[in-house]
Amino acid sequence: MAHGHTVKRYTGIMDWITTVDHKKIGILYLIAGGFFFLIGGLEAILIRIQLWQPMNDFLSADMYNQVLTMHGTTMIFLAAMPILFALMNAIVPLQIGARDVAFPFLNSLGFWTFLFGGLLLNISWFAGGAPNAGWTSYVPLASPVYSDTHGVDFYVIGLQISGIGTLIGGINFLVTIINMRAPGMSFMRMPMFTWSIFVTSALILFAFPALTVGLAALMFDRLFSANFFNPEMGGNAVLWEHIFWIFGHPEVYILILPAFGIISEVIATFSRKRLFGYSSMVFATVLIGFLGFMVWAHHMFTTGLGPVANALFSIATMLIAVPTGIKIFNWIFTMWGGSITFNSANLYAIGFVPTFVMGGVTGVMLAAAPADYQYHDTYFVVAHFHYVIVGGLVLGIFAGLHYWWPKMFGKMLNETLGKITFWTFYIGFHLTFFVQHFLGLMGMPRRIYQYLDGLGFNQMNLISTIGALLMGIGSILFVVNIIVTSRSKEKLGADPWGDGRTLEWTIPSPPPEYNFLQTPLVRGFDALWKEKMDGNKTVTPAEPVGPIHMPSPSILPFFMSVGLFIGGFGFMYHQYIIGGVGLLITFTCMILRSLYDDHGYHIEVEELEKGVKA
Amino acid sequence: MMKRWPVVTRLLPLLAGLALLLSACGREDLSALRPQGPVAREQFGLMQLSISIMVIVVVVVFALAIYVLIRFRRRKGDDTIPVQVEGNHKLEIIWTVIPLMLLVVLGVPTIQSVFGLAKDYSQDENAIQVKVTAHQYWWEFEYPQYGITTAQDLVIPEGKIISIEAQTADVIHSFWIPSLAGKIDTNPAGNVNRMFFQADRTGVFLGKCAELCGPSHANMDFKVKAVDEASFQRWTTAMAAPAVLPEDPAVAELLASQCLTCHAIGDQGISLYPDLTGIGSRESVAGILVNVPEGEAEYTNEGTVYENLKRWLTDTEAVKPGNQMGQMDLTEEEIDALASYLAEQKLEY
Repeated sequence: MAHGHTVKRYTGIMDWITTVDHKKIGILYLIAGGFFFLIGGLEAILIRIQLWQPMNDFLSADMYNQVLTMHGTTMIFLAAMPILFALMNAIVPLQIGARDVAFPFLNSLGFWTFLFGGLLLNISWFAGGAPNAGWTSYVPLASPVYSDTHGVDFYVIGLQISGIGTLIGGINFLVTIINMRAPGMSFMRMPMFTWSIFVTSALILFAFPALTVGLAALMFDRLFSANFFNPEMGGNAVLWEHIFWIFGHPEVYILILPAFGIISEVIATFSRKRLFGYSSMVFATVLIGFLGFMVWAHHMFTTGLGPVANALFSIATMLIAVPTGIKIFNWIFTMWGGSITFNSANLYAIGFVPTFVMGGVTGVMLAAAPADYQYHDTYFVVAHFHYVIVGGLVLGIFAGLHYWWPKMFGKMLNETLGKITFWTFYIGFHLTFFVQHFLGLMGMPRRIYQYLDGLGFNQMNLISTIGALLMGIGSILFVVNIIVTSRSKEKLGADPWGDGRTLEWTIPSPPPEYNFLQTPLVRGFDALWKEKMDGNKTVTPAEPVGPIHMPSPSILPFFMSVGLFIGGFGFMYHQYIIGGVGLLITFTCMILRSLYDDHGYHIEVEELEKGVKA
Repeated sequence: MMKRWPVVTRLLPLLAGLALLLSACGREDLSALRPQGPVAREQFGLMQLSISIMVIVVVVVFALAIYVLIRFRRRKGDDTIPVQVEGNHKLEIIWTVIPLMLLVVLGVPTIQSVFGLAKDYSQDENAIQVKVTAHQYWWEFEYPQYGITTAQDLVIPEGKIISIEAQTADVIHSFWIPSLAGKIDTNPAGNVNRMFFQADRTGVFLGKCAELCGPSHANMDFKVKAVDEASFQRWTTAMAAPAVLPEDPAVAELLASQCLTCHAIGDQGISLYPDLTGIGSRESVAGILVNVPEGEAEYTNEGTVYENLKRWLTDTEAVKPGNQMGQMDLTEEEIDALASYLAEQKLEY
């Protein structure tokens, strides 16, 4: 029987809380990630205001440490990753011709745990102080002895909860990409963005458990007086550094690989050319992902691991330059002989290439351990990782948002505003971070709340602050652009750029809830482009029109996350009854989910013909 | 192929100019770009090598990118479909192999240097052994060969190897003197790290803590004071001399009850916190209040030793937030008396 059962369709806010539709979850990720991006950006501005002149007293020393910790933590875990998850959710199922992800319920759970974890972390501002031991939370500084507010407790529990979301998101996308590709979509026909998400998801699967273990151990140290990292009781402080960076280094590739994927799509589309050296791009992505696990100790050259470890990790780190170089040249040669359009999406993508090269070469410089004894923990490092994370990842995200906005929302972002935003942000970015290389080499350590006068740091810090303000203006302009765009009444077709190459451009913008009326048949790499070149309007369907099976919406993921939120709060303050109630809510939801069979529902052919509202 | 070489010859002066620019960057006593000793010089050499290679890479990529963007921009009304190139094995091999060769050029000296700088001088009798212990937010320097301990100012003889054994008493810090040597972390619980350095000339070099260690991480500065061999010997003798306590018994009593319960001066007091022997001839008070002769203060953190001591004793929290000394319960007269006494604790060397 085609009918599972009738399903309750929610509207308004209930629709968003209960949705398991990957496109809506993508939008939720985008809103939440964007919100945290603005908070993290505000923290960045506070940091730069504090440092605009020597011995400034805008922020107190301890407040500065809280702001710097929350800036890093928020930007990495609550802004960058969720916005990537937004694009992953919105685009990957479309690119592989799927109707949804493999586990729609888990997808929703992933979002809500991330959101409540992030909110918990940020509540620390109003609960006696935010975490203040840096986003790396090195012990003993982060131990209860030296950090006696609840700040680091919020860090440990907030990140643990939001980390659950990331881990199940990663697993979900691995399964989706392995199992749910349309007929004909072999691995070596997958779009580059999907490939990069595939490798990223694998990295999440292997890297996040390390963080989970580390955070659990630190939580026991802090809440229940365990001694995993307490040297006086036989614990080991260097162990935390290892655990953190075994997670932390793959994490930076988790962040940058999707950006590589986005850039590959955008540059190819707006050069009207096939991605140059697709197979070597795939190979390079996998290799970067693999090597990403072999280099964690380059964050620890000054920890005192000895010359053998330092030499090995130096060489391993330098090796990453090779696959990265392959990618850079492949992008340039994708444009070579192409027909390049300079719209805002492509401006970000083109701007990405030289900026990322600059971040990459300083990465190789940092890999030379003896030179790193000088660079380590200075503004040189700050400049380096902002070049790869802002100049790489954030530019990539902006490129992706401009490129896929019409697919996600059915409207083009305003081009004029987009270009102004690009130039403001781009110039601001280089102003902020270029000079920081020199500050570091001239002797300015990172994470300092003030610097003395007369050390020669003044001018460059002022320049840096001006740049940061420009970046702030750029970010606000982007928000303005979203508001302006949301008011426009334009209706777009399936392929608004006209040069779409991949499957997402074969379906309406925004796509209906079932994505593909008929699952497409993929006949080659760049499936849509191939059909266009063969004189077809769109891809051939692989099945007749029939009832489409859909997963039911559910409120359970929301309540499971609320339960974890309450539980985390309770345990942090040693209120075990509250903690127990929180966990009880979560477990009850899990039991409900396990006992109550929900087979979803079908959208019938008659309904499909009428056209279902997205 | 012939055409490429003029490009290289044109690039060389550019690189040389860049190296010159780098070498003129920052203060001589603080900048990693102006090395004042063999260790920092070796590290700077590696930086110059890597920067040169990287500048070549950046220039090549930028030139290619700019050429491509101009040459292949879409003209108005151009609706042709470019040739869809799959790839090019020859090119792809070129941009795999050339970076690999560049990495060999950088990798070999890197490994040599890693092992060279890991040399252990802890048993070398010609080297000056120094045990560095980091504290929130000050530095303790012990000279086991001389049986003396000091704080904040690391006095060393010029031209001799200084062999460092670094550890911490609390959280992780990092010991860094940019113009003399790169940093080494100070780990807890007897996990000792070693490094060495040497100063070419006499002079004062600025040292900093490079690992976030709490609110006053920014204020955890120290100085390395390189003096000639004879001065160093005089300094070690002066450090070992017994303390001269204040003549005024009231001040002596104040010193004993307020200072010597935590600090040591010569043979007096206990050494839980920074040793105060010869504090009057140090470069700074509390690491960041720089001592200058009367009337030469240029910045807000500068003053005479006496002024700086007074400022410190009046409000320690304002100078170094989160410090463990806290606010002493002293009247203005008492602060004045202690500051005058401490400012006079000068060592002749």
